[in-house]
Amino acid sequence: MNPLKQYLDLYRENRETIEQSSTPVLNALRTNALTVLEKEGSRLPGKCDEGYEKTAVDEMFAPDYGVNINGVKLPVDPSLTFKCDVPSVSTLLALVVGDTFIPTRTLLNNLPAGVTVTSLADASRTMPETVEKFLGKIANEDEAGVALNSLLVRDGLMVHVAEGVKAEKPIQIVNIFNTPVPTMAVRRVLVVAEENSSVKLLFCDHTQRDDTDYLDSQVIEVAVEAGAEVDICDIEESSPRTHRFSQLFTKQGNDSKLKVTGVTLVNGETRNNFTVKVEGNGCDTRLDGMAIGKASQSIDNRTYLLHASDHCSSNQLFKYVLDDSSRGAFEGLIEVAKGARFNEAYQSNRNILASKAARMHTKPQLLIYNDDVKCSHGATTGQLDERAIFYMQQRGIPQNEARTMLMQAFMVDIIEKVSIEGLSDRLRHLVERRFRGEDALCGDCSASCTPVTKKDNL
Amino acid sequence: MSKEEVKIDDVVGHDDEYKYGFVTDIDTEIIPPGLSEEVVRLISKKKGEPEWMLDFRLKAYRYWLTLPVPRWAHLDIPEIDFQAISYYAAPTKKEGPKSLDEVDPELLKTFDRLGIPLEEQKALSGMAVDAVMDSVSVKTTHRTLLAEKGIIFCSISEAIKEYPDLVKKYLGSVVSYRDNFYAALNSAVFSDGSFVYIPKGVRCPMELSTYFRINASGTGQFERTLIVADDDAYVSYLEGCTAPSRDENQLHAAIVEIVVENRAEVKYSTVQNWYAGDKEGRGGVYNFVTKRGLCRGDFSKLSWTQVETGSAITWKYPSCVLAGEGSVGEFYSVAVTKNRQQADTGTKMIHTGKNSRSTIVSKGISAGHSQNSYRGLVKVAPNAEGVRNYTQCDSLLLGSNCGAHTFPYIDVMNDSAVVEHEATTSKISEEQLFYCNQRGIPTEEAVGLIVNGYAKEVMNKLPMEFAVEAQRLLSLTLEGSVG
Repeated sequence: MNPLKQYLDLYRENRETIEQSSTPVLNALRTNALTVLEKEGSRLPGKCDEGYEKTAVDEMFAPDYGVNINGVKLPVDPSLTFKCDVPSVSTLLALVVGDTFIPTRTLLNNLPAGVTVTSLADASRTMPETVEKFLGKIANEDEAGVALNSLLVRDGLMVHVAEGVKAEKPIQIVNIFNTPVPTMAVRRVLVVAEENSSVKLLFCDHTQRDDTDYLDSQVIEVAVEAGAEVDICDIEESSPRTHRFSQLFTKQGNDSKLKVTGVTLVNGETRNNFTVKVEGNGCDTRLDGMAIGKASQSIDNRTYLLHASDHCSSNQLFKYVLDDSSRGAFEGLIEVAKGARFNEAYQSNRNILASKAARMHTKPQLLIYNDDVKCSHGATTGQLDERAIFYMQQRGIPQNEARTMLMQAFMVDIIEKVSIEGLSDRLRHLVERRFRGEDALCGDCSASCTPVTKKDNL
Repeated sequence: MSKEEVKIDDVVGHDDEYKYGFVTDIDTEIIPPGLSEEVVRLISKKKGEPEWMLDFRLKAYRYWLTLPVPRWAHLDIPEIDFQAISYYAAPTKKEGPKSLDEVDPELLKTFDRLGIPLEEQKALSGMAVDAVMDSVSVKTTHRTLLAEKGIIFCSISEAIKEYPDLVKKYLGSVVSYRDNFYAALNSAVFSDGSFVYIPKGVRCPMELSTYFRINASGTGQFERTLIVADDDAYVSYLEGCTAPSRDENQLHAAIVEIVVENRAEVKYSTVQNWYAGDKEGRGGVYNFVTKRGLCRGDFSKLSWTQVETGSAITWKYPSCVLAGEGSVGEFYSVAVTKNRQQADTGTKMIHTGKNSRSTIVSKGISAGHSQNSYRGLVKVAPNAEGVRNYTQCDSLLLGSNCGAHTFPYIDVMNDSAVVEHEATTSKISEEQLFYCNQRGIPTEEAVGLIVNGYAKEVMNKLPMEFAVEAQRLLSLTLEGSVG
């Protein structure tokens, strides 16, 4: 059955409730979304669609999830999530519970002038032109996945950095699931970095229960204006019963810099789409990803990087370590449009299969319509070097330890590229714990991290 | 646009003549266009086939009816009217030539012009040739010599009559009629092709070669090649093709099946030079081919080498199913596109056997307004331990209006596999051109030199006789097109 139908029905039945609890700017998106979804043959991509062979998004959306269309404010105890936090990262924190934005006091008190972090609803009142200019303009609203988000989204998050403002402290957005019933979160994020500004964003996905099914469907739109610099790190540490369909869309103005890092540590089934359009001249783009799979985790990243301008460079590096019967997929497409000259685009995908039942599917692609380019992609799938393990064992390192060390070393080049201060260390720590299988509860944790209570900040 | 670019574009600009574009005026029997069960029955009847063959064709035809036209390739294929094509065309003959004297002299002249030594004395240069004109195998040379060794090299229609057990056993065992749209079509209407059987322990003493030629207009060519190398056998097989220059598009949908048994080795080389259409993209052959080899035996080896310069549209993925333990698959390809040509070509390496290895080297060269894609699959089955694959695909772009694309699919389901893929895309380095210019080599020649050097890795894999032809073909193509 086509899962779109249940969401269309939900919308039709609750149209007024949704629209009343939302704002005109968001409501404006719904008309187009409805047309797209009602079109004959419109459906969410499934296993038969090129590019979605390993993750059936339609099946992901098929179960009956609860959608918080009334905008009920759910109580949350963030300290649950931060028990294991490594305190060296100093950020301005905001929480998104389900799909409701909750700013913390630190955030509100310490936001530098010119930086706005607020709900989309508030933003559409305070800066309607900006929201209207970008919202729904960067994402491809004609894709069923995006249209569904636009149709059901009630509110979202807006990060705005004014012209010339350099936000030094990273802004951390923590997405939390904590409902006792299966829930789908419809998240929408709009990031606008005006000319010559800079901002660092850290998104963390958490669940506070691992006995409930969640579906995280988000659309993130990022506008990097001329000369601006944006750094986004997205870390998923949810639960084995969490499904995630994340769609990130960015566009870049002249001489801008963008860096996106996607990290999947704990999850159920994840599909991340990174759609990066480089439209300005002289841009620099970095797209990294890292995935650690165990048990029956499934991680599927898809990147589409379009060079439509001159003198730009882009780099992509995705690394996977897959254990047990986990599944990994990577599809990366670089397109150099006709007339786009002097571009350099590189892509690399390296994978380690650490167990017999693990599977990796890789599809790096190049679409080149111009001769003045330097493009390459590389992909390898292999295993840990037995000789290296033997060497370490000879020197008294137990086999398990040796394996963990090698896997950690494998991930280092991604971790070290993270530029948010303190985050590299934190990631290194998280990755180490992940490889040691100590990801679940604080009580079992052997790392002597100091529990912090950020509850006071609320 | 830099000065250098202008120069390259100038070179790309003028078109060389396709020297195989002539039409031979010989009596040809063509059945009316259209495809139906009657046509399938008619073809089968014309060829005097046994009942089981007709059943095979009809099954394929009925299955074909249920299939949609595939559209997934990165190709812009105009709608093909399958009812407007004639599915059988053959040079008229009374009984089938007993000796060369009975062959239509016009036909002999044609093959002479193509440089194919049909006459026995010429053939002593060391190649056994099976020439296929339109849909029918015209003449196979050197049969007696081969027969002494027990090697069967004949047209597939003869094989169906004379060696039904072998054909029954192997036909459709690698490429089933259910494989894809064009394989189903071919299975229903194939008219001729070559059959090769190398018995156990025999090393074929000469290169075997088939030459395909489409001559009649309004026809398609659907040939079928079946090669079986029994235990410890070895054969090197060459295939060449040309067609007259016509304004219409002609369809060529062939199937090549290869079975390689224990420790046997098959080397399959193609120089594909179908008519590519004119500068504006009018006419040319649609080359939709299914080629696949099954390395069934342990330590068997199959090597594909292809030089693709012709065809308006190429859709072709010579593949290896590496089922035997320690079996080896190789794929070496140079694909050149120019003007409005389109190519979506590559390979599939399906590893199901333990310790099987494969190497893929693909070099694409695109010029003019052409689109050249590499599409390949490397698949490692869950039980295939110790698999090794190395893939390298490079693209060279000449001119700013062409496209070079890469779509590799890598599916690894076993943790002991090592799979590597590398691809690069770039244009001819200005520095290299400048270096050549400095030393008095004109840009056009320099481009030729660089491209030949670039393709050398693959050219070296071709058998001697072919390498010379391929090299000449490549520089000829380059001369007019740098493409």
